[in-house]
Amino acid sequence: MIQILLLASLGITALGAAACSMPFLKGRVAPLIGGYSAAAAGGAALLAAILVLVNGGQACFSSVWQLPFASFSLKLDQLSAFFVIPVSLVCGLAGIYGTGYMADEGNSTGGRLSWTWFLLLMGSMITVIAASNGILFLVAWETMTVSSFFLVTRYHEKGEVRRAGWIYLTASHIGTALILVLFAFPGAAATGSGTLVHPACSHGLFFLLALVGFGTKAGIVPLHVWLPQAHPAAPSHVSAVMSGVMIKTGVYGLLRMLTCLGSPEQWPIWWGWVMIGSGAVSALYGILNALGQRDIKRILAYSSVENMGIVFIGLGVWMTGASTGNALMSSLGLAGALLHVWNHSIFKSLLFLGAGSVAKASGTRDIELTGGLLGRMGRTGLAFFTGSAAIIGLPPLNGFTGEFLIYWGAFSAVYGDNGFHASVSGLLAITALALAGGLAMICFTRLFGTVFLGSPRSENAGKACETVGSMYIPMMILAVLCLAGGLLAHLVVGFLPGVSIASGTPEVLGRIALVSLALPAGMLLAGALRKILLSGRSTTTSDTWGCGYILPGSRMQYTASSFSLPALLLFRGFVSLRLTTRSNGEYFPNGLSLKSGLRDSFMHRLYEPLFRSLHRLSGWFSGMQHGRNQLYVLYMAAVLLILLLWELGV
Amino acid sequence: MIQSMVHVLLALISAPLLQGVINRVKAFFGGRRGQPLLQPYFDMIRLLRKGAVYGNTTTWIFRISSLAAAAGPAAILALLPLGRVPAMLSFNGDMIVLVYMLAAVRFLMVLGAMDTGSSFEGMGASREVLLAALSEVAFMLCLAALAAAAGSFSLSGVYREMDTFGPVSVMSATVLLILLLSENCRIPVDDPRTHLELTMIHEVMVLDHCGIDLCLIQYGSALKLWVFSALFSGICFPFAGRSLWADLLAGLAGVFATAVVTGVIESTMARIRMKRLPEMLSLASVLALTAFLWEILV
Repeated sequence: MIQILLLASLGITALGAAACSMPFLKGRVAPLIGGYSAAAAGGAALLAAILVLVNGGQACFSSVWQLPFASFSLKLDQLSAFFVIPVSLVCGLAGIYGTGYMADEGNSTGGRLSWTWFLLLMGSMITVIAASNGILFLVAWETMTVSSFFLVTRYHEKGEVRRAGWIYLTASHIGTALILVLFAFPGAAATGSGTLVHPACSHGLFFLLALVGFGTKAGIVPLHVWLPQAHPAAPSHVSAVMSGVMIKTGVYGLLRMLTCLGSPEQWPIWWGWVMIGSGAVSALYGILNALGQRDIKRILAYSSVENMGIVFIGLGVWMTGASTGNALMSSLGLAGALLHVWNHSIFKSLLFLGAGSVAKASGTRDIELTGGLLGRMGRTGLAFFTGSAAIIGLPPLNGFTGEFLIYWGAFSAVYGDNGFHASVSGLLAITALALAGGLAMICFTRLFGTVFLGSPRSENAGKACETVGSMYIPMMILAVLCLAGGLLAHLVVGFLPGVSIASGTPEVLGRIALVSLALPAGMLLAGALRKILLSGRSTTTSDTWGCGYILPGSRMQYTASSFSLPALLLFRGFVSLRLTTRSNGEYFPNGLSLKSGLRDSFMHRLYEPLFRSLHRLSGWFSGMQHGRNQLYVLYMAAVLLILLLWELGV
Repeated sequence: MIQSMVHVLLALISAPLLQGVINRVKAFFGGRRGQPLLQPYFDMIRLLRKGAVYGNTTTWIFRISSLAAAAGPAAILALLPLGRVPAMLSFNGDMIVLVYMLAAVRFLMVLGAMDTGSSFEGMGASREVLLAALSEVAFMLCLAALAAAAGSFSLSGVYREMDTFGPVSVMSATVLLILLLSENCRIPVDDPRTHLELTMIHEVMVLDHCGIDLCLIQYGSALKLWVFSALFSGICFPFAGRSLWADLLAGLAGVFATAVVTGVIESTMARIRMKRLPEMLSLASVLALTAFLWEILV
């Protein structure tokens, strides 16, 4: 049954992909086939994964494959099922959203083929997670990268999109190269089928290879540079899939690799430190850079870096707890990290879909040109509001639950006698989470406040109207899931894979749901009181208080850049903020201007010089390449001669 | 349990009185007689009688922001111990829920301010979120130090254990006092009485609220002041009585003593420049960190 569902879902994606590649499809048919086969495939895979997760056990399928060492073996165990759930859910909903979002691109070849790539991406993600053969895993991993590359470069007419695509492809392949090295070790080809022990190589090296290789996909600083490039370039439903779930395959790969490296109790303590450290750096660096962006999707991309940092902090708490023998700390850290993986996939895909609707309705991704959309796009706005509150981690929404468990894990290292490593790493986790949480509050009040509140800052934003149902209904579903995830977390924690949940945890989560419901309940009460008191009294509207100024305009509103500038100035040492001011230096200045911008320090100071010098270096060899066949034949002959001499032992 | 309920009830009733006490202390230092102790109540009743005027650009966000301002701190009272009197609800991690409930209220208040489309309110919102981000770190570190010192992860457990006055208490109490001043917009962080919108933080965010909405916001700030006063006084004036009723009385005395302390600080200090505020809050974080390291190393 479960095997059939899983294969059916893969089959539907393959068939749908093939169908969408047919050149005779016309008009609206391709989006409909693409979107609804994604939804159907998502439904089937979701059902399969839920069955595995609830009933326990695992489902296997194996078939022969002609490649050496390879077999088409799928295995849906608890860990795989856990990751298949967000993938199938988000891909299905994003597919439905895409039918509306891409409706006007049905006639073009690019639009039609984008559905082929979308379905291939979905199928390859499910295969990556369910693969139990190393070669199959690598093939699926590569398909995932390539199909998402073609989705990122959907609008390749623009130079910036092509640049984003190349950065993405390069980054992915550097990551894949390290994963290949990892898989090249004997015994690794059969992932998940036992422990991976190789006497010639220490576990530490495996860990670092896996961290960098899979961390590139997950978007951990300093390997994050592709996210803020690729997400804005891709169509929005694709960004939702890439940021919501594709980066989670990096976490999955890392976890799967870790299960092959012996039991957590034997892991050295520095692994936990590395995880917490890289998580803390990612969380803070990601959210600080999100503060300075004007492109709505780039803000969300940097926020993904932050959230993956939070997941890594949770994993680090788990590993530190395991290494120091603190069972409570380790189980809570893992539970929190896994829960945050789910939660982030829900609210981040919701926010990306919302960003797509905003960009489509107001014609721009620049938030400084939007404003006041809540009045015109009520449903989208409500969903986006829920997503923003959830991503900050506010109770009673789902973002809080995962972060709470990580906090609890870190605090459990702090109280009681746990030794230096556990307490100090716990404190590091607490500090990073608290600061990242506070900065996320700045980031998302800025984003929601600028885009949806106030009055429109451009003509197009003033003419925006609500999107079609196929676009806002998936967002509504995700918004409801945000709320459900917050209120029903105590029912979910028992099903997290590999977590022996401490007694009392579900009860605490239940109480949190109860307490946090007191806030909306109290608001309802106060609202009813206000309604009763106001009945029969005058309720009027008037202009916003403009300090006595009689001609307030929408340009007088506080801008998003000014909103976050104090925070950026405060953390200036950690981000490359550029401020250019111009004035005539007189006592009565006129023509003043101030320009602020944020560049990614790693891109700017690390990768660009690095690749420039690589380019220079490779230029030295360009003399060898003339395109003249005679020369190449000469090279071959020379190499053969050298080999011959070597063989002869001269 | 009955004492906890009495505490919540008393807090709901007498929170605005704290503001009255602070005003009287400030008047005393200024050599004036000052307003009646119950003036905050009179103000609120006057506001309750008014109609409503809403800005043209505002949406439902603005309408619910004032509701959250009152409902949030009221809900938090259920998690708040008063000295050794435990909270109505206490569980592992309630301290984190408290911090995040405050954040939820702030989220809605900030959005309510941005909903008006006013540059002043945007500016206030920008300042509010930055200071909150910094104070949240200090708050969390301080809670970590207290949790480490008391060996407990629930507020009631912490306040039950912290009945002696050691170095950790001194440092944590200082951090909590700084947080009280900054979260409740008191001098030296913010001056609610200034007339210039450009210099305000919290007060400028509620420029467009009036009538019942303003009343709810004022009531909410009074409750928030009560929350922080209870957190501060429980550490600063540790008292272990024979019965919980004695503890309750001592706790109430502590809360009002905190109001007096706040009044004295407001009367004797000048406002710190806006640019220096992050330094003050970072100092609080460093102090909390020192308390924590002291606890685990010494």
